[in-house]
Formats: sequence, structure tokens, C-alpha cells
Amino acid sequence: MRNTFVLRWGQGLIGLAALIAVLELLPRTSLVSARYLPPFSTMMTALRRQLGEASFWSALLNTAQAWAIGLTIAMILGIVLGLVIGSFPLLRELTFSTIEFLRPIPSVALIPLVVLMFGTRMQGTLVLVVYASLWQVLIQVLYGVQDVDPVVRETARSYRFGRMAQVRHVVWPTALPFVMTGFRLAATVALVLTITAELVIGSPGIGKQIAVAQSSGAVATMYSLVIVTGALGVLVNLLARALERRVLAWHPSHRSEVIA
Amino acid sequence: MTAEKLARTATLGAALPALLLALWWVATADSTDPYVPPLSLIFSTFPETWTAERLQHDVIPSLARLLSGFVLAVVIGVAAGVAVGSFHGLRHTLEPVLEFLRAIPSPVLIPVVILFAGIDDTMKILVIVYGCVWPVLLNTVEGVRAIDSVLTDTSRCYGINRSARLRHLILPGASPHIFAGMRQALSLSIILMVIGEMFAASNGLGFSIVQFQRSFAIPEMWTGIIVLGLVGIALSLLLGLIERRALAWYFGLRRSQRRE
Amino acid sequence: MTSTVSKPPLTDTRPMLDVRGLKKVYGGGRTDPVEAVRDLTFSVAPGELVCIVGPSGAGKTTLLKCIAGLMQPTEGEVVLGAQTVSGPPAGMAVVFQEYGRSLFPWLTVRQNVELPLKEKKLPKARRTELVVKALSAVGLEHVHDSYPWQLSGGMQQRVAIARAVAYEPQVLLMDEPFAAVDAQTRADLEDLVRELWRRLGVTIVFVTHDIDESVYLGQRVIVLSSSPTVVMEDVTVDLPAERDQIGTRSSQRFGELRTRVYSLIQQAKHHHDL
Repeated sequence: MRNTFVLRWGQGLIGLAALIAVLELLPRTSLVSARYLPPFSTMMTALRRQLGEASFWSALLNTAQAWAIGLTIAMILGIVLGLVIGSFPLLRELTFSTIEFLRPIPSVALIPLVVLMFGTRMQGTLVLVVYASLWQVLIQVLYGVQDVDPVVRETARSYRFGRMAQVRHVVWPTALPFVMTGFRLAATVALVLTITAELVIGSPGIGKQIAVAQSSGAVATMYSLVIVTGALGVLVNLLARALERRVLAWHPSHRSEVIA
Repeated sequence: MTAEKLARTATLGAALPALLLALWWVATADSTDPYVPPLSLIFSTFPETWTAERLQHDVIPSLARLLSGFVLAVVIGVAAGVAVGSFHGLRHTLEPVLEFLRAIPSPVLIPVVILFAGIDDTMKILVIVYGCVWPVLLNTVEGVRAIDSVLTDTSRCYGINRSARLRHLILPGASPHIFAGMRQALSLSIILMVIGEMFAASNGLGFSIVQFQRSFAIPEMWTGIIVLGLVGIALSLLLGLIERRALAWYFGLRRSQRRE
Repeated sequence: MTSTVSKPPLTDTRPMLDVRGLKKVYGGGRTDPVEAVRDLTFSVAPGELVCIVGPSGAGKTTLLKCIAGLMQPTEGEVVLGAQTVSGPPAGMAVVFQEYGRSLFPWLTVRQNVELPLKEKKLPKARRTELVVKALSAVGLEHVHDSYPWQLSGGMQQRVAIARAVAYEPQVLLMDEPFAAVDAQTRADLEDLVRELWRRLGVTIVFVTHDIDESVYLGQRVIVLSSSPTVVMEDVTVDLPAERDQIGTRSSQRFGELRTRVYSLIQQAKHHHDL
């Protein structure tokens, strides 16, 4: 087992090395102009320079802040709304069409509006982040509440559990795996929207730095920042998965995602 | 579903949207806030803004970009996903590379793609393709891996090889996952179309909305947001329709398994 | 066709299927190797119906996968007709235990039966003829356009059998095909297999863990030991060709054969425990 594990990692490293080699050699062999795609080593030099600058770190902090705040609001809203709507069949029927209508509305349609209302302040970014990631959480929580075993629900009712006790001991534990799935999806979406909003609106953060690098023709810096966003994405994904595993380690139905 | 039940669902489904619209109407009726014009004004602006000429000049080009990007992404994603899903070695080698590439928030590639492809339609389509390929690819890989081993053995025994294997076993077997990926890709494609057009364009939905915002044509901007929402809803309904047809067997199979 | 066709003699000079010194070891390399099949040698004459029975975990499925060409044996070989099996051979059809998973859920019953025939490049008219014949032979002439998952378990397994029959194989392999259906359906399906075999003259290798089933169905019963597997004994079933669920199963000879196979299996288990 351990050996195959090492082997797989080895293969993965070969894949990464191949990608880096391609990025280095394409411009060096002039297959692609270095003005469009600087060699990987040049990107890394630019990245090192970035790491030494305070402006980079404050941009990174801004991005992380907007992401964390937006995600937290979306999680709280999504869970509360999901539990309330999911617990009352009438409410579920009543809101179904509205949710299905609002969900596909692209969050970026709101960009002009938030620009007018908030300018380049962080609130604008937050509106977009919350709008986009809220659906991921809400939909999963609704699935989760529906997944509650009717027998368990009846049992709880026959023992005269109150509403709150039912939610706490019956609904919540069942819905938790779904909540975590929603969290993982929302964490990714929130990061994409944070950086997108910074890029398009110009609120402070890594996205804005990319726009600045582009307009000033600092190509290598732009690429190094794109790599940073990719690394952030991988990091968020790994953290979300680790948290999911930790929270659900005890859960009997260590279940997989619904395809629906 | 009986007629009575259908009527009930329809009534309940229409109730909340109607209520929300009514609330919006009343709340903004005497609005003097320039950013939040009365809903009645937005409605009356709608027909004069979205004329046949504008539909032809802005909506059709946007939809054309979106659909070409989406279709290309699906073709590339499914082809690559089948290859990666079918060969263990390839999957292990590419896994970290794919994890990284898909973690890059696709809008940050707009500046990169502009370097290579300028700011014409090619750029917008490339950005859509890049962003949408990942959900399709990764879901296809999952789908190919999830194909039942008994079914694979059956195909081998009955000489179903090569192209027939692809057509009759792998593609249909992975199709539920492929559609899940397509649904994620569709909402991404709208976002990327809008952002691409906001960034640099001379026509299109995203371009118009930003123009309205910059020229402080606020009711027009609101109508633009509504049109974008309607496009999102219409496309997701269309995909849902195609999915229900293509995956009729899958939904039937799931229902029959749940009954057992 | 009448039901009194005489079977070819068991002493046919060239066997239809020949398993020679088959050995299968799993793993190896870095993990501890597991010897699933040690040394299996037996042959099946053309037109014969042979049952292979053994205690659970006796490597029956491994053996079947090696015969079907789905798995390469570590040592030894499987010969079908005159050809050594190195991949799934053309003249062989397999019916799996997991009927629900071996049918294509996105194809109708008719399409499921027809697909392998398309891959054999048969003309449309011939395909239609074979599909109609095979489906009516298993009593499913009324569900051509249903999907497999709309049918009961027993009916799904009938579709799988129809698909195998329509394929016109030289050898039909059946891997515990009735282990997952209820008792009444199982009896019906057993009679169906006997009837198809006698009508079509196809060679059948039927793997099962059910002793009664093996004696009721087979002309011979090959008893396997538990893992690592060898052939314990090759029992000839000298029951009349006409068999029925009540008469045959209550006959004295059936009881004797059943006892014989049963004690061999017990011996196999005991042998393993030591």
C-alpha cells in the first residue's frame, strides 16, 4: 500500500515537473513569444520580488478577508434559511420556484449595481461573494433536511421532542454531511468571486493586482499572480476537504455527494 | 400528478415570486434614490431598451460566444476526461496538474488570454472554454471510473470493443456525471461571458450593462440585469430539458432502486 | 424439434473446452501473494452441460474469469476449440450473477440483446430474427421495448440469458446466475436452462454453490476444494435426460448423488480447516 502511494506521488511529481518544463521551454525555444509567455524561471523571479513587497501581502490579506467574511455570511444564511425552509413542507413548496429562478441568475450581473452602490469598497465584493455561494449551501442543506429518515422523525415526535430538540438531535446530524459538501463547494465559489470582483471592480486584493500588472505591461508579474491564485485555490480546496473529513469522521454515513 | 395537485403546485410556485414583485413595486413606487428606480419605470424602460435591433446587436453575439465556448468545452472536457479516466497511469500523472489548473479562478485568465488572442471573440470564447472545461473534465473522469465493473466485463465478453465500447458503454455510463459537470459549466459560462464582455468588448450583454452603468442610465442598467437573469434561467431550463430526455433511463433506474 | 434428441457421447475425442493445469495467484510483488486457484485440470465435451460446485471462497469466480478470458492465469492454459484463450474469445457468452448490473440500463430489452449481434456485424434481418427467437425462448416476447430496470429480477436474468442465447455461442458460461433470485423463480429458470440446452445443443459450464442445483442441472458435477483450489472429484450424474422439479428431486438416485456431492464438499471444508 505504502509503496503504491509513493509511486502515485512520484507520478504526480513527474506530471508537475512536465508542466514546469513546458512553461520553461515554450518561450526559450521561441515557439511562443516570451513577451506573451515568459519562461517559468522568470515568473518565479517575479514571484520572489512580489513576496518581498508589502503591497503584495496587504493585497493577499484583503482577498483572504473578503473571502472569509463572505463565506461566513453565506454559510450562516444558507444554513438558517435551509433549516427553516426545509422543516416546513409548505414553505418548501412556496419557495421552490423562487430558488430555482434566482439560482441561475449569474452573480456578475450585479457588478454594475454594486459598483454604483459601493464603488471599490469591500462591501461590493461581499455582495457578489455571498450571492454566489449562498445557493451552494442552501441547496445542499435542503437536500440534507429532506434526507431525514421518516422513522427517526416519527420516533422523535412520539417522544415529544420539541421543535428545537428535533432540529438539534435529528435534522442537524443528518444534514451535516450535506452542509459540509455545501461548505466545500461554497469555499471554492467564494474564492473565485472574490478574485473576480477585485479584478473587474477594482476593490483591493490579488485580483486588482493582476489588473494593475496587466495594464502596466508587467507580464511576468501578472503570471506570477495568476499562479498565486491557483495556489490559493488548491489551498482552499485542501482545507475544505480536510475540515470535511474531520467533522464527519464520526459520521456513520460517510456519504458521497448527490448528483442532482 | 393529478390536475388538482398540479394546480396547487403552480399556485404555490407562483405565489412567492408574485409577492416579491409586488413588494418591490410598492417599496420603490415613490423612490427618489437614483440607483433604485421605481419598478414601474424599469418595466416601461424595458421595451424601448431591448429592441429587435439591440437583441441582434448585443444579445445574439453574447449567446453565440457563450454557446460556442460551452460546446467546445464540453467536447474537449469529455474527450480528455474519457482518456484520463480510462488510464490509471495518466490519471495519477496528471492529477496534481489538473488540481492546480482548475483551481485558478478562470476570470484571472482574461488578461492572460488577451495577450495571446487580443480582445476579439476568440479571447472571450477561449476564456469560456478554459473555465468550463474543468467541471466537465473532472466529472467525466469520475463518471468513467464509476462505470460498473460487471458491465465492463459484459462488454468485453460480447466483443464490444473500441468505438462501440466508447459509444455503448463509456459515454452512456458516464453521462449522469457528464451532465452534472455540464450544469456547473453552464453557470460558469454565463459568468465568463459577462466578465469577458465587461473587460473588453464593443458589443454584448456585459458590454451594454457596463455602458448603461457608466452613463448613469440606471433604469436601463436594471433592465440589463433582468435580461441577464432571464438568459441564465432560460439556458438552465433548456439544459434541464435536454438532461431529462438524455438521462430518462438514469432517473427511471434511480426511482426503481429507491422502491426496492 | 422434439425433446428426445440424444446428446453426443461423453467420450468425444476433442473437447470443446479444455482447462489445463490452471493456477492463479493474486498480488505478488510488494503485497503478500494469495493463491486462489492451485492446479485445475478438466475438460468439457461439445454439447455437454457441466456444473462446477464448490464451497464459498473456492475460487469459482476466478476460474470462470480465466475461462472467459477476462483474467490471465498465472500458469496453465484454457483452450476453447483449438484456440488458447488469451482474451474474451468470440465463441463464448457469459451470464453473470449480478443480472441488474450486467444489462445496459440505457438500452431497452431488445437493444440489450441486439448490441452484441451488431458487433458481430450480422445483417439487420438476421439480428431481428435472432432477437425475436431468443426473447420468445425465454418467455419475454411482450417486453421488447421495456428497460431492464422496469422488470423483476427473474425477468432481468431472462434477458441476460436471451442475450447469451442470441449470441449463438459454442460455450455458454453461467456464473451463479440464480443466486440472487427467489426460490420459485429459480426453479423456473433452472428448467429454462435445461430446456434451452437440449433444444440448442450448446455447451454449458454452470458455476454454482448450490449442491441440489448442480445435481439437478448437470450431466457431470465437478467438485472443487476450498482455496487454494483443486478438483476434488468429477461426479457423473446418471439421471435420465427428462428431469422435472418434483419427480427428479424426489428420486432415490438424486438423493444419493446429492449426498455424495454434499459429503465431498464437507470433506473439502474439513480438509481446509486442517
